[in-house]
Amino acid sequence: MKGKVKKVEIVVLLKQVPATESLIGIAGDGISIKTDDIKWVINPYDEFAVEEALRIKEAHGGSVSILSVGSERSVEAIRTALAMGADKGILIDAPAGIVYDGLTTAKVLSTALKEIPFDVIIAGQRAVDDDNFQVGPATAEFLGIPHISMVIKQEIADGRMTCHRTVEGGTVVLQTPLPALFTTQRGINEPRYASLPGIMKAKKKPIDMKNASDIGLDPDTLGKPLMKIVSLKTPAERKRGIMIDGETAQEKAANLVKILHEEVKAL
Amino acid sequence: MAQSVLSIAEQSEGKFRKVTYESLSEGRRIADQMGCELAVLVLGNTIEDISKELGQFGADRILLADDPSLVEYLPDAYANVVADVINTETPDVVILGASTQGKDIAARLSARLNAPLAMDCVAVRFENNELTATRSMFGGKILADVVFEGTPQILAIRPNSSMIAKADKSGSIEKIQVDTGTTAVKFIEKQLETGKVELTEADIVVSGGRGMGGPDFSALEELAKLLNGAVGASRSAVDEGWRSAADQVGQTGKVVSPNLYIACGISGAIQHLAGMSSSKVIVAINKDSDAPIFSKADYGIEGDLFEIVPLISEEIKKLNG
Repeated sequence: MKGKVKKVEIVVLLKQVPATESLIGIAGDGISIKTDDIKWVINPYDEFAVEEALRIKEAHGGSVSILSVGSERSVEAIRTALAMGADKGILIDAPAGIVYDGLTTAKVLSTALKEIPFDVIIAGQRAVDDDNFQVGPATAEFLGIPHISMVIKQEIADGRMTCHRTVEGGTVVLQTPLPALFTTQRGINEPRYASLPGIMKAKKKPIDMKNASDIGLDPDTLGKPLMKIVSLKTPAERKRGIMIDGETAQEKAANLVKILHEEVKAL
Repeated sequence: MAQSVLSIAEQSEGKFRKVTYESLSEGRRIADQMGCELAVLVLGNTIEDISKELGQFGADRILLADDPSLVEYLPDAYANVVADVINTETPDVVILGASTQGKDIAARLSARLNAPLAMDCVAVRFENNELTATRSMFGGKILADVVFEGTPQILAIRPNSSMIAKADKSGSIEKIQVDTGTTAVKFIEKQLETGKVELTEADIVVSGGRGMGGPDFSALEELAKLLNGAVGASRSAVDEGWRSAADQVGQTGKVVSPNLYIACGISGAIQHLAGMSSSKVIVAINKDSDAPIFSKADYGIEGDLFEIVPLISEEIKKLNG
């Protein structure tokens, strides 16, 4: 039995991040990264979120809005999501030089979301720059709605959402009434590429630019994160080690195990 | 007011995760430096028996939220109970494992309590009356030292990053009144592979990449089994559909820090290297002597992994008698 088909209003929380192939260097201030040579992309987990949102819209009808907090440069990432098929974008401008921690980002997003109708909010499980794993669940908490994280499969029916969540060693199926938020895990889908017509259409789609005070937040308070970076460093550089000798594969294997067992004591 | 540290344990099917002992040990170390008490909170159903041992890992008090409604992890019910305990106990520091569940609780709590959170900490130190945590960013390419404003300071520590230390404390058991409050999320079912070693908690990880050439990972599975380790995969292997996304090591997968990481047929893309370079010892097996992975490996073998890996397994069997 199928329930009454109801349109689903979807908001995707999107962040623009350095492409994962980027080398990350530390800027002169010691607390931020060098941004000169970086290629900026949609956070890969958010790309899954955009794709899943489009699939929900295709199945149920409704609309897909992209909400992002970031510098003006983030417009490019929003535009890419619009080219994939999202309907509109909203960018809350984070002033240059001000660093938001995960909690601040969640505060800004949840405040902006009070003005946006939604049934489902989709976020990446984490952004691959900060690796905070925080913004999705924290945004849900600020909005007072349930969340399910690390989702590889979802189904919406009769105002409820059933999610397959990945955990250590397997999956757990949880269900929640809407409105709710979920975060994506790799495996949920294969994001589509933006088509040429999609890219053309995206140029005409609306992107609403706002700043913190437009949504009623005090920019000064936002600039004071509860978790503050005091220094960045790169992990100790690993050096090239030794190649294991041996006339035959057998000898190489034996020599390796001997070293790991006797010298390194790793076995 | 007396300071205190609260650790949150994590159990599944009546067994604590390894990271529970790690976060408890780290919590004890912080509590000792702060000169205060450490309590541990255990949530679940019929958990009293398994919880008794936590005193040996440094808990002065063991708080039990023992209730049938907590038998499975539910994000809202667990957040409600933990928040209640924090409001009653008013700890200065809350420490838990950065597992799937721990990260989820920590994130929700930080918003509920408007509290600072450092996710995925690889080190924590207490200096000049202040906590500094070192956390991983950019999938391990960068380490950040962070400090906190306000309390409780929530630390989610990365599995395999802290030493487990025994510290005999009284571990007095206190049962707390459980009120899961208003909840929306319902448990439907679960499928767990029992006996599988979790990638992020494994002492030894054997990973395969594009050089595997297909979904047959049996040589790696056998080696991992002999070593009581876990099998990982590079992004290429996952993208090819040879392994599930849960096995992916790297910037867009899991960051692992085992004692021994054996990379088989993995060329060593920057995203993969970031995700495993904090391993203690790295071994690479690859046909291509120019593979970038060799520049990060402590030990390299140039050769065919399908020939070498089974031979390594044979040598280990000899070793084990």
